[in-house]
Amino acid sequence: MTVTFQLAGFLRSFSGGAREVRLEVPGATVGDALRVLGERHPGISSRVLDEQGSVRRHVNVFIGDLSIRDTGGLATPLRDGSTISLLAAVSGG
Amino acid sequence: MPTTQQIQVRRGDVVVLVGTMKGAFLFRSGPDRARFEMGGPYFPGHSVYALAYDSRAGRQRIWAASSSMHWGSVLNHSDDFGASWTTPEVPTVQFPKGAKALASIWQICPGRADEPEVIYCGVEPAALFESRDAGKSFQLVEGLWQHPHREQWQPGGGGLCLHTVVPDPKVRGRILVAISTGGVYRTEDGGRTWTVRNKGVRAEFLPDKHPEFGQCVHKVARHPGRPDRLYLQNHWGLYRSDDAGDSWQDIARGVPSDFGFCMAVHPHDAETAYIVPLESDGFRCTPEGKLRVYRTRDGGGSWHPLSEGLPQRDAFETVLRDAMGTDEEQRAGIYFGTRSGKLFASRDDGDSWTALAAGLPPVVCVRAARV
Repeated sequence: MTVTFQLAGFLRSFSGGAREVRLEVPGATVGDALRVLGERHPGISSRVLDEQGSVRRHVNVFIGDLSIRDTGGLATPLRDGSTISLLAAVSGG
Repeated sequence: MPTTQQIQVRRGDVVVLVGTMKGAFLFRSGPDRARFEMGGPYFPGHSVYALAYDSRAGRQRIWAASSSMHWGSVLNHSDDFGASWTTPEVPTVQFPKGAKALASIWQICPGRADEPEVIYCGVEPAALFESRDAGKSFQLVEGLWQHPHREQWQPGGGGLCLHTVVPDPKVRGRILVAISTGGVYRTEDGGRTWTVRNKGVRAEFLPDKHPEFGQCVHKVARHPGRPDRLYLQNHWGLYRSDDAGDSWQDIARGVPSDFGFCMAVHPHDAETAYIVPLESDGFRCTPEGKLRVYRTRDGGGSWHPLSEGLPQRDAFETVLRDAMGTDEEQRAGIYFGTRSGKLFASRDDGDSWTALAAGLPPVVCVRAARV
């Protein structure tokens, strides 16, 4: 299936400035898609996921309008054409 | 994002590296240290708790650990004084699979002069990393990570961090580290085995005031030419060791408070050290609203306030554990920054001070060097 990642501004320094990255993903979950993204753009995935493979606490991953925190985390299923947004949470100081 | 101001650093300049909660700054002056200009912010929006200047093997390299609340921590370096930075695509300091996730890098410590490829990083959660290829890769120091005490270390106010790394410049294999809260540990075999070195250091916040470990050591400073001489600023308590940490003597005589965070040693005089006492662990600001550095010139036998050029009215300041540094000039430059964003410098061993900046983000790290 084909999925599209939409990237927060900071992450674009690891995508050559591209706002979106479109990938062919053999698996069926958000975790599968992030693994493929990590192979193509390791700088992005290492900012979204920590070294143990968990989504960083202050990073939000959305499928469409839904946060994966509410839909099964990295096991959230994808459909062909899904849009995955990788965004900074509003937390800060 | 703000525009980063670049500065031209020339050989022979004195540079002051300043890490803040919102980026890093670089100050430079000519050899006279009379007038500084500022560059930065670098990594705007990211906290920079650790900076180091590495001049070994002909380098002119600044190391900077930037940390984003959102995107994690990464060790960067610049070989052109901030004009450009090398940021690894995948962070080089990472725990192995199945361990923990890196929260933050608290300390960058270039290794001994005769081991120019060695660099250490102290991190949160409390652990030590070592590079043997000049920072291209880092490995977790397993001997400390597997220490049986580790599960009992508790986080201090800043988290459970290994914030101080002190390699011995003369005894190969000897490294001392400090952990909040765990205390002081030392290895004699390059990191394979570690023994606790807290004898004499109090833990005021525990029922047992002299536990084997669990002390909240804030900073340890070693004199480079006399490496068995160490000074320690504790969470309550000032100490000196003359046996590389085997034992510690109380030297809190003549200070308004023995609570504080930072500690620095004069680069050429092992009897001279600097602290900024803070009033109580509840208030954590300078006593009486006066910003005073205290200096000992007799190894902690007595301490005397240094205030010329420092605000002495309504100055409720805090100087954090790594926010003081020295250059290596004979008449030493002493530099420190405050949590309120002020930066001060002395070019006469601390006798007098001038403000280099006011209005920086909260200062968490200060280092200085002639380049």
